[in-house]
Amino acid sequence: MTAFLALVRKDLQIFFGDTRAVIMAFAAPILIGSFFGYVFGGTATRKDATRMEVLYVDQEHGPVAKQLLAALQRDANLQVNPSALEPAREAVRKGKAPVAVVIPAGFGDQAAQALFGSSPKPEITVLFDPSHQTEASMVRGILTGQVMQTVTKEAFSTNSTVVSSRERLKDSKMEPSRKAALTNLLDSVEKFGSTPGTGGSDGLTVPFSTKDEAITARSGVAYNSYAHSFGGMAIQFMLFMGIDVGIGLLLLRQRGLWRRFRAAPLSKTVLLGSRAASAMLVGMLILTVVFTFARFVFGVKIEGSLVGFIGVCGAFSLMTAAYGLLIAAIGKTPEAARGLATLATLLMVMMSGAWVPSFLFPSWMQGITKAVPARWAMDGLDAMTWRGLGIEEALLPIAVLLASAVVFGAIAVWRFRWEAD
Amino acid sequence: MLSAENLKKAYGSLQAVDGVSFRVGPGQVFGLLGPNGAGKTTTIGMLAGLVAPDSGEVRIAGHYITGDTSPQKRRLGVVPQELALFDELSATANLSLFGALYGLSGAAATNEQARVLTLVGLADRAKDKVGTFSGGMKRRLNSAAALLHDPQVILLDEPTVGVDPQSRNAIFDNLETLKAAGKTLLYTTHYMEEAERLCDHIAIMDHGKIIATDTVAGLLRQAPVSSFVLIDLVANDFANLIEAAALPGVLSATLNGRQLRLGVQRMDDLPELLRWLLSHGGEFEHVQTERPTLETVFLHLTGRSLRDA
Repeated sequence: MTAFLALVRKDLQIFFGDTRAVIMAFAAPILIGSFFGYVFGGTATRKDATRMEVLYVDQEHGPVAKQLLAALQRDANLQVNPSALEPAREAVRKGKAPVAVVIPAGFGDQAAQALFGSSPKPEITVLFDPSHQTEASMVRGILTGQVMQTVTKEAFSTNSTVVSSRERLKDSKMEPSRKAALTNLLDSVEKFGSTPGTGGSDGLTVPFSTKDEAITARSGVAYNSYAHSFGGMAIQFMLFMGIDVGIGLLLLRQRGLWRRFRAAPLSKTVLLGSRAASAMLVGMLILTVVFTFARFVFGVKIEGSLVGFIGVCGAFSLMTAAYGLLIAAIGKTPEAARGLATLATLLMVMMSGAWVPSFLFPSWMQGITKAVPARWAMDGLDAMTWRGLGIEEALLPIAVLLASAVVFGAIAVWRFRWEAD
Repeated sequence: MLSAENLKKAYGSLQAVDGVSFRVGPGQVFGLLGPNGAGKTTTIGMLAGLVAPDSGEVRIAGHYITGDTSPQKRRLGVVPQELALFDELSATANLSLFGALYGLSGAAATNEQARVLTLVGLADRAKDKVGTFSGGMKRRLNSAAALLHDPQVILLDEPTVGVDPQSRNAIFDNLETLKAAGKTLLYTTHYMEEAERLCDHIAIMDHGKIIATDTVAGLLRQAPVSSFVLIDLVANDFANLIEAAALPGVLSATLNGRQLRLGVQRMDDLPELLRWLLSHGGEFEHVQTERPTLETVFLHLTGRSLRDA
């Protein structure tokens, strides 16, 4: 036991004596976690959520285009700024604005006519940055609703649209029965517009409204994206620490220390077990520090089971330690092992959903990620933090992580070169 | 105290050690002398239980090393060729760790640390990080780390590589102290001067085999000449080298610039040789003699120089 504890103490002394290692292990996940948490929404109560900038090119200069501009500017999701066509096109091309909409000349009249099918539809051009397709779709949706309301309001409020539509209908080759029906509709619209008290019609609107409710731990608890980002970054940097565990073991061999250790009357269990124990301790410490920071600075809480949270942290720490031993067992030299291990770790982190949530992955990839232990750690941490789930939801992630640790550890013991060079 | 019987070890097609046998008693220094790659480090690895031999056996005080946790390992102290220390830790922290590997803790560990640090002359640097030490100081600490548990047998693998003369002498003094204390020392080196100075018995290794083993005096008797005569000629146009080599009593003759080097069987022939030289265009300005060394023996046995091998 004296040797085991001395070896663990030595690892901790060396780790905490290396400022760069400590910064990488503790400060880096906090910094990057803070950044990602902010970018992906921060706390749900944040007031400064980014409004999407949209450039508005008015080539009509009529009342409909002006009303449409005012309506779009009232939308909480958009920041609409008027612009001329060429500057707007240039801004989108340079990535300074994601979307620009161009309202063509004569839009108001044509749209109103088109409303009753008596004229071709005018075209609103949407200029968008190809890297912002999602934003373009969102603008199209908002635009559709606002155009419908603005155009119908205009159409129902003035007789000119009805009169001109009726004129066009006379010359139309439409079926007599349909022509009669449309004439009746125009009569009704004219009557609706001339009825006292209806002049202020708001036009046709979307016949529903939505009530958004984020499903978090429980009602009244806002989503806190820092919970996910801090978990993700803790996972990433713990895995990097795992690489250092493996490289450290390979360096022992390179520096002749392995000869000294093997010359002593120590079992393989003591030699590798002490390394795993020190790595697990550091891993638990990283998770503790990172989540403590997140708790006090960003209000991240363990909304679910605390026992489950500790269980996931412990199981992932053990898995990380075993992963480090695996790197030491498979790697031939520190230099060769570092490159391969870094690549494998980055792939594991990426597929775990630590950077971006795994539901954004293609469905086939989501299936594959279930074979990645870090994915289970991420799911477990999410479940115990912002999802607020009970310990039963932590059991499967813990089991998968422990099983991974056993497999990694077994391969490491099997493949490890015990002989001194 | 330490015996090796017919040790063999191959790495693929390379036979690193091929039938090495020897015995070393208490209070003796046994030297394994040979060029780099001769199999010295692999032999030490097998003696220390670090490398499993393909065949052969090792005994310490009559006992085999059986398994990783064999108690016989406590009788051994291993000084690796590399500076097997943690630069990030202090000398005391290093020694604390290496002592703990052998179960040392508490006051006993502290006392042993102080003892070995004093022995190697580093007591005043006990709290300093090893990374701040000179190469020679690290070498001394490297040796000290193997002495903490007071082993009876100490295996030293090239313990003076890359050290300054002062530290080398300090290490020699330490080893002589240990020898005087009755410890069994096995010392590998490719420096023949070190082997001659320290070792009671020497085995010369080459290509994994012991090609000669004896006391220093016994090995030197295997040299083909009793002395070398080094003659600095006045001019560098001496043209009778072949004739000089054929003179009675001369076993070898080489010319390096203006220096003529003659290997002779008996020093009694020297006056006659010098007279012959003067009469054959070999006017000289300085003469000195040199005794053969283990280098000479190695060259004689293998046809190669120790340093070139």
